[in-house]
Amino acid sequence: MIALDITIKDKYYANSTAVVLKDIQFSVKPGEFVAIIGPSGSGKTTLLNMLSGLEDATAQKLLGNSKALNDCKEYKLGYVFQQPRLMPWLTVNENIQLVLPTAQEEKIETLLTQVGLAGKGNYYPKQLSGGMQRRVAIARAFAVNPELILLDEPFNSLDAPTAAKLRLLLVSLCESCGSTVIFVTHDLSEAIYLADRIIFMSDSPSSIIHQVTIDLPKPRKESGNNELAWQAEIMTQYPQILSGSVSLD
Amino acid sequence: MSPLYGRLFMLIILASTWQGIAWFVNSSDFPSLFIVMESFIYHFFQGDMLVNLSITLTRVLISFTIAMILGVFIGIVMGTSERINQLSDTLLIITLNIPALVTILLCYIWFGLVESAAILAVVINKIPTVVVMIREGARVVDNDLLNVAKVYKLSLSKTFFKVFLPQLYPYIMASARAGLSLIWKIVLVVELLGRSDGVGFALNTLFQFFDIAGILAYTFAFISIVLVIENLIFRPLDKLIAKGGHHDSA
Repeated sequence: MIALDITIKDKYYANSTAVVLKDIQFSVKPGEFVAIIGPSGSGKTTLLNMLSGLEDATAQKLLGNSKALNDCKEYKLGYVFQQPRLMPWLTVNENIQLVLPTAQEEKIETLLTQVGLAGKGNYYPKQLSGGMQRRVAIARAFAVNPELILLDEPFNSLDAPTAAKLRLLLVSLCESCGSTVIFVTHDLSEAIYLADRIIFMSDSPSSIIHQVTIDLPKPRKESGNNELAWQAEIMTQYPQILSGSVSLD
Repeated sequence: MSPLYGRLFMLIILASTWQGIAWFVNSSDFPSLFIVMESFIYHFFQGDMLVNLSITLTRVLISFTIAMILGVFIGIVMGTSERINQLSDTLLIITLNIPALVTILLCYIWFGLVESAAILAVVINKIPTVVVMIREGARVVDNDLLNVAKVYKLSLSKTFFKVFLPQLYPYIMASARAGLSLIWKIVLVVELLGRSDGVGFALNTLFQFFDIAGILAYTFAFISIVLVIENLIFRPLDKLIAKGGHHDSA
């Protein structure tokens, strides 16, 4: 498990003067599930890419257990992208095996059973539905026993029942793995269902506008009374919060 | 009609058209299929067609392998590094447009009428076309998939062989296909100009005796080999690559 201390003063894209992220400062406790909500184009993916080392973060202070996150080669990271990003030329088994340093057939089999894809190991990604491909992507992320797992709107563009199933799956995998989780979404009810804490971000240049700790007991219910009450409370207090503003008008 | 029957049908049409014209023209310059077959059997069993074919095949194989390996390597480097691409682009255009004959003559003049000069001439002719195709492939490599490799900290060799190179397979296949037919043809010219064995040399000899049937018999042998290679190597490989869905990345 890993604790995060993130300080981003200002982040520009390469060859651009536009500020994407500004004055962002937050910490994450080990094993905490943090959801990040913000309007489209608010740099949420950029934030995850910085945490994963895909985007340059040398000017910022990203600490994992008090050490610079991206210099630390040993710590294990899982990343579920918006698209499944499976290698189309590898079977499901091979796709998961790809991220593992040694052959671990049993582990892959267990994982596939956990995500409900038992017996599908020899299929190629294009033989699977979109929902199944995402399951494989999730299985791949958990295969490395991640200390930190990043999810970038992983259930986007899925039908509601499939998304609900995958959320349930994510909850159980997180419980068994104990990883620290950062989950980017634009769906408030999804965030309340999954997260210990929600961070709201503003429009670009993005900064943190609000944080809410969700202290509902787990397991939670999708659209349960308590969950809906939380959602209503946040929305009455800050009606503009999903478009990135905490002002009342 | 199944594809196999379709192919056979086309072959029969082709053969009977040939035969018909031969009967109509009735000249030794346009031998009938039977005379060509006779000549084929003669050269195959009594002449040195087998020896010549195997010598030519070896030359084709060696120069094909060298050209593909070098071409793929240079293509990847040029496709991934914009700076190297800018530096070497002019050179590529020049080499693409030097006539094959000029390269062959220069190689023979500079290095002598030796085997290595022959191979070198073929390789130099082929490399630029491979480079052009592989470079296109390397330019459109999916960065999203490479990022997966980066996030999961895959080793360099794993990233290259399991994530990067498979994206180039369709391009490598296409250039191998185009390459083989081009190399066949160039090897014959190389043999005609400066070797004393191989199919090109044999064809030259037959030409000097105006042995049209012999020339056609060699052509027939040649095409048969290409068909065998196509059916035994390229088609199964195509199927294998299509299975992994290279053509529509998910």
